[in-house]
Formats: sequence, structure tokens, C-alpha cells
Amino acid sequence: MNLTLRVWRQKNSTSQGTFIEYEADDISPDTSFLEMLDIVNEGLIKRGEDPVAFDHDCREGICGTCGMVINGIAHGPLGATTTCQLHMRHFKDGQLITIEPWRARPFPVIKDLVVDRSAFDRVIQAGGYISARTGGTPDGNTIQISKPDADLAMDAAACIGCGACVAACKNASAMLFVAAKVSHLNILPQGKPEKDRRVVNMVRAMDEEGFGNCTVMGSCEAVCPKEISLDFISRMNRDYLGALWRSR
Amino acid sequence: MKLDAKIPSGPLAQKWSKHRHDIKLINPANKRKFDVIVVGSGLAGGSAAATLSELGYKVECFCFQDSPRRAHSIAAQGGINAAKNYQNDGDSVYRLFYDTIKGGDFRSREANVYRLAEVSVNIIDQCVAQGVPFAREYSGYLANRSFGGAQVSRTFYARGQTGQQLLLGAYQALAKQIEAGGVKMYPRTEMLDLVLINGQAKGIVVRDLVTGEISSHAADAVVLATGGYGNVFFLSTNAKGCNVTAIWRAYKRGALMANPCFTQIHPTCIPVTGEHQSKLTLMSESLRNDGRVWVPKTKGDNRPPNEIPKEERDYFLERKYPAYGNLAPRDISSRAAKEVCDEGRGVGPGGRGVYLDFADAIERLGLNVIRERYGNLFEMYERITGEDAYKIPMRIYPASHYTMGGLWVDYNLMSNIPGLYVIGEANFSDHGANRLGASALMQGLADGYFILPYTIGDYFAAERPAKPSVDDPEFKKVESEVAERTKKLLSIRGRRTVTEFHRELGKLMWDKCGMARNEAGLKEALDTIPAMRREFWEDLNVLGDGNELNQSLEYAGRVADFMEFAELVVYDALTRDESSGAHFREEHQTPDGEARRDDERFSYVSAWEYQGVDQRPILHKEPLVYEEVHLAQRSYK
Repeated sequence: MNLTLRVWRQKNSTSQGTFIEYEADDISPDTSFLEMLDIVNEGLIKRGEDPVAFDHDCREGICGTCGMVINGIAHGPLGATTTCQLHMRHFKDGQLITIEPWRARPFPVIKDLVVDRSAFDRVIQAGGYISARTGGTPDGNTIQISKPDADLAMDAAACIGCGACVAACKNASAMLFVAAKVSHLNILPQGKPEKDRRVVNMVRAMDEEGFGNCTVMGSCEAVCPKEISLDFISRMNRDYLGALWRSR
Repeated sequence: MKLDAKIPSGPLAQKWSKHRHDIKLINPANKRKFDVIVVGSGLAGGSAAATLSELGYKVECFCFQDSPRRAHSIAAQGGINAAKNYQNDGDSVYRLFYDTIKGGDFRSREANVYRLAEVSVNIIDQCVAQGVPFAREYSGYLANRSFGGAQVSRTFYARGQTGQQLLLGAYQALAKQIEAGGVKMYPRTEMLDLVLINGQAKGIVVRDLVTGEISSHAADAVVLATGGYGNVFFLSTNAKGCNVTAIWRAYKRGALMANPCFTQIHPTCIPVTGEHQSKLTLMSESLRNDGRVWVPKTKGDNRPPNEIPKEERDYFLERKYPAYGNLAPRDISSRAAKEVCDEGRGVGPGGRGVYLDFADAIERLGLNVIRERYGNLFEMYERITGEDAYKIPMRIYPASHYTMGGLWVDYNLMSNIPGLYVIGEANFSDHGANRLGASALMQGLADGYFILPYTIGDYFAAERPAKPSVDDPEFKKVESEVAERTKKLLSIRGRRTVTEFHRELGKLMWDKCGMARNEAGLKEALDTIPAMRREFWEDLNVLGDGNELNQSLEYAGRVADFMEFAELVVYDALTRDESSGAHFREEHQTPDGEARRDDERFSYVSAWEYQGVDQRPILHKEPLVYEEVHLAQRSYK
């Protein structure tokens, strides 16, 4: 396949960025999107041009490191897929592909397609955990958890923290990310003691980081590589209101 | 050099509890006077950093990823072993211990492995308490499944994302400690050297990957939890960033490297499709619970798999290993697949693949059960290959996956350098010549949650807090060496890219020092690698400069270390003139093609001491003494 790429190039966080066009020729439909960029980068280096910087690591869809907006869609046109698991067979020969970084104020661009998502870490630090000191925990089977609850918690826990939800949201809201973690932990009996303070503190941290509000358009759910459901946002809102009510 | 593994005396089953009682304690008020550096934030590093901080130590934790949540532990799919015997199927600490020793082909330490089996049960309790959403039965109790190399069901799992969930558990524990101020986290920061003062590990030199700044960090002890070196093969199931640099730098400062030739090839990966391939994707071994592995009986049978009748298929694992069948351990399954492909019976493009067929399981259990068990893996397979494995069999082929070798450590997980601890995949400690499935997660968390936090106290109890200043001349010297090296990589401006060199090295290692090795091939590799390394330093092209985010530069530094490290792997493989576990020397096999150990000559841990680039390292041997188990020919028939 031959493709034309329109790639966002930005030297660092303080400089202005711009789109630059590159040709990607002789690309096999079996290459992944990132492998296609690898090939383009090899060509750039050969020509003495700075290769395009992008974040990636596991390349099997689980670490959450990669992510770019491809033709206006976070992680590209195929649903429920990270950028690294998107393959070129889903594009057409001769297609123009526009590639941009996540665009959201809480995720400043570091270089080209690389953004700083440390805001997510700080939201987790505000309460996205169960305080269980190492050792001294009871036998695993003393805590029974119904299969539906365990499955639901796992559905929420599947979030990989890639940030596509924020990139897709017109408000740059992180509600889906935060709701996934709040729900995962609040559904489980082990998470109940810290339930109220968890949701209140995490929502506060999210606001402080500058993420926007949720207007329930569902763009986040549509691009989520792990298909985290919008229902978790309702669940978090309920937990949040309950927590405020109880803390009156 | 005398290698003292410091294994406690007494009966095997009581060694660890006795040792724990013998370890000196440190007053809580004094703990905060000790600083610990933890490099790496995966299962081992993350759990260690969190636990050390809970205990009161001051911790600095470093990772090259943008967040500690992204370490490669996250990619482990299948599960984690623990001797809980919840299934009442005859499991016990002793059986897990024995399976692991046998799985490792009797090349690991009894005392370490027994301790691992012992603390496995605590790990499950800890993770449940943290909210890891393990799979449950309808009763609400924890579910288990079976895994390669075991005849009991002792594997706990969270769908096909067990590594992710365990890592998030450790990451969240770490996040709590970061918030509490006990851990200072440095993401996007890569360790580039180790600093010794008076022979003790006292700090590291790092590069900030965003600004390029090179700086020093001092502490009372340094913990390396930097994972494995499988990317020496270029194509592997490891994340792209996985590298040998941290442990290689420590090796060059005097730490011993143990058993580097023990590299595990995983049998169930998606086959290579072409030159563009940047990494290989693992399909969880758990698939072998229900999938049947086969190839056509006749060479060159190009019919679509569904048109090949049962009697013309060779279910070679079931045929060769009737007791374990498709669940034979990884090294054995991998070699069996290579063998049938070498015979020309491989399937798919290039003939390097075998089928993993679910048709029988779907017929027996129904599509829904299979979907429930492995749905995400089938999806992943379809994404990569464009094929629907519910309808046509998956194609799989072995790929480099895990490295049993690593820095030498004693029973306390301390290397031969005082104050330098090594945990998780980065050390050599528990898996011998081959690791069993679902045991990597177990070891990472055992080291980080339950072993290191005890044993490090023993070291501190004998020391006063003596964190040096980063202005110490030794730090300045190492910093300038690191800066010099960075400058050198940037100044070559040759013709070839880092990827080209890495691919070339990886291919050589895979061909000559991969699934099967022989003397002639290894000697050839020893001739080739130094030449390749010279070319690397003469013809490499890294653009840009050092004071910015420069991914080519990061990569070049890692490949430069692989270029040296590869040679050590080959030395080790050549010296170990026997077959054991994943190390298969073609000269040493039983008449039916199994690995033939030579316990007389090779029942030892090889521990290599650095002598300089282009110099042959010195081999030290730690004899392996078996008091409890009887050495036997490993059989899964």
C-alpha cells in the first residue's frame, strides 16, 4: 500500500507545532500502525531528518502507552483497539492519514505525538487504591465475592489508562477513566471502607488537574480500547452524591 | 572469588521462617534514616517500593516509562501460581516446590524455590485484599485453572489480564505511598549507571528522558528490578523498551551475571509475518488447556486445516507426551514445534507455524464457554492476523519470552556487591533452566512484597545510615562517563540505524543461540559479535542531540549494551556443555530428542565476572546441592 501521512510535528512543549506530510510507500497490509510509523522513521533517519517521536511499549494492547488521534479518532477507525493493535489492512491504498497527539490541556505535548499524562497518576494517588498494608491480610477465600460483582469489577478494572477518553471528549473530561477506577474498587467488598473518601478525593483531584466536565455524549466510550462502559460514570455519580450526602 | 549463597541451615521447610526470625530488626524511628533506590516499577519494583515505604524507609523509584503503571509485567496474561490447594486436588507447598525445581530441570536452588512456594499463598491473600479482581466461582470463592508443567489447578487469574491486574494492585499501593510522601517517583527516567563507593552500591546515574539531563541519586542501598533481556533476540514477546542496560551496567561495575544462556522460548506466539515485524505477540499458555496442537502428518500438505481429516493430523504433543499432552512445559513444547517445522511440516507463510485448534473444545464445551475463557485472546489474534480462530485453528510458533538468567544474588537477594539487591526477572534466582507458566508473576511479587523488605533490614542493621553526597567525586566521575558515552553515540553519524543493528544482532542470536545451540554455531557467533559491535560504534546514525526527548538515542544506548551482553550469553551457552531446560545443546540429547543433563559436570550456577570489553569474562561456579529432591531425568511422558 502507498499512503500519505499528515503528521503533527512539534519540537518540544514550548514550541509551535505544525503538520508535515510524508509518503509511506510499500506498506504491507499486515503491518501494525506503529510498525508503519517505524518504517517511515527509518526512512527519515536515512534522509537525515528527525524521526517522529511517539510513545509505545508493549505493542500488544495492554500497557496503555501508545495513543494518537488518527483521522480525527483517538486510536483510529477500528473500535475497541489501541493504536498498536490497529493494522494497515483497515486502511485503503492511497489514503491520506492525519496523525495528531492527544489534545487536551491536562495532557501537554512533550514532543510530536508524545504527551504528558502524569495527571492520571496524580488522580490515582488521590485515592485510587485500597489501603492494604503488605502482610497481615486474611486468607483470600474468607472474602466471598459473587461472580457478577467480580465480573463487573473486572470490566471496570480493565482500563489501561491510555487517555483516549480524554482525547475524544470535547470537554477533555477524564470521567470515564476516574469512574472506571472508582467503580472497580467501590464494587468490591474490600473497597467499601474507603468508598466515600475515594470518590470525593479522586473527583476533586480530577477537577484540580483541569479535566472538564462530563456532558454524557459518550465519545469516550466509543473510542475506549477496552470498551469501558458509560454506566460506570452513572455509578460514580451515584457514589459521589451518596458520599456528599453522608458527609453532610 | 568465593560465592556464598548464604542459605540458612536447618531443614528445608523451616529455613525461611528460621531466617526471618534471625534477621535483625531496625527501630521504626531509624528506618526513615535509610534511603533506598528502586529501579523499575513492575511487579517486583512496584511492590518492593510500596512495601519498603510502608515500613518507613525513604524510597526513590525510577522507571523509563511515562508512568509506573506501564511496566511490562502488565502484559502477563495467564495467571499466577499459588499452593493454596483450594481445589483439593493434592496441591501443597512441597508439590509447587517440586514442580518448579523439576520444571527448571534441576538447575535452581532448593532453598530459594521452597521459599517461593511458601510465600505464594501470601501473595494471593495480599492481592485479594488490594482488590485485584480475580476470577470467582458462582459460590463467590476464588477460581483456579491448570497451566503448563503441572497436574494440579493452582493458577489464579483475572481473565486474560492477570499481569495487568496484579501490576495495577502494586501500582496503586505505590500511588498511595507516593501521595503519603514516602516514595518519590521518577517516571521517564532511565538508569544509565551504578555508583559504588568503597565497594558498596550507593547510588545511580540517570538520564531524564524528556530534558536529557544527566544526574546522580544517592542512597544506602540500590534495588534493581529492571526485568529481563529477551530483546537481545530483537523479536521477542517483551515490550519494546525492555532492555539489559541496568543489570549490564551493574555487571560492568563488578556484579556477577548468572546463567545468562537460560533464555526461555515460549511455544504459543503468533508467527512472524514479515521483515516489518517489530515484536511478537504471545497467546497465553492457558490456551493449551483447551486447544490441541497439531501439524499435518505429511510434508507439504497445503490443504486448509479444516479439510485435513483427523487421521492425517499429527497431534505431536499428545503423541510424544501422553501424560501432559498439550500442557507439556514451555521448553519441551517449543522444541517439539521447531522439530516438526524443521521436518517441513510447519504451516502458514514460511512454514514456521503449528496449529492450535479449538474445534474439539468448542464441540465439547460450547462456543460460549470458550468465548468466556479466552475471548480477549481470540480477539487479539484476529486483530493481528485477520483470522477468526473460532472457525479456523490459530497458528502459533515459539518466540523469545522470558530470561531465567540475570544478576547473581544470594538467598537475601543481594548481589555480590554489598548493598545492591536484584529482584524479579532481573535476577537469576528461582527458575533454574526453565520457568513454568504463571510463575513469573509469583516470583516478582514474592521478591517485592515478602522477601526483600525483610532481608534488606538485615543489611541495614549492620550499617549506619551513610548515604553519600551526590557531589562525591565518584558520582561526578560516573556522571561524566555517562555523558561521554551519550556524546559518543550522537557523534558517530554513520549510515545505519539502531534498528538495523538490533535486527542483525537479534537474528544472529536467534539462529545460533536460540531454541537449539551447538558448538560450531556458538563459536561462529563469538567471531561475529565483536565485529558487529565495532561496526556499531563506527557506522551508527543517531540524529538529534542529548538535551531533548530523543528516542533513537535511548534505543542506541540499549542496543549498545545488548551488543556486549550477547557475547556473554554465547560464552555461557558454549561453556555449559550439556542440555538443561531451555538450554538445548544439540550435542546432548536422549535418543528421543530430549535434553540430556550432565549433573556430574554442570550442576552449578555459572556466575560471570567482567574483565573488560573484548576480554573473556571469568567463570565462577556456585555448586547446586540437592538435599531434598532426587535428581531425575525430567519426563512429562
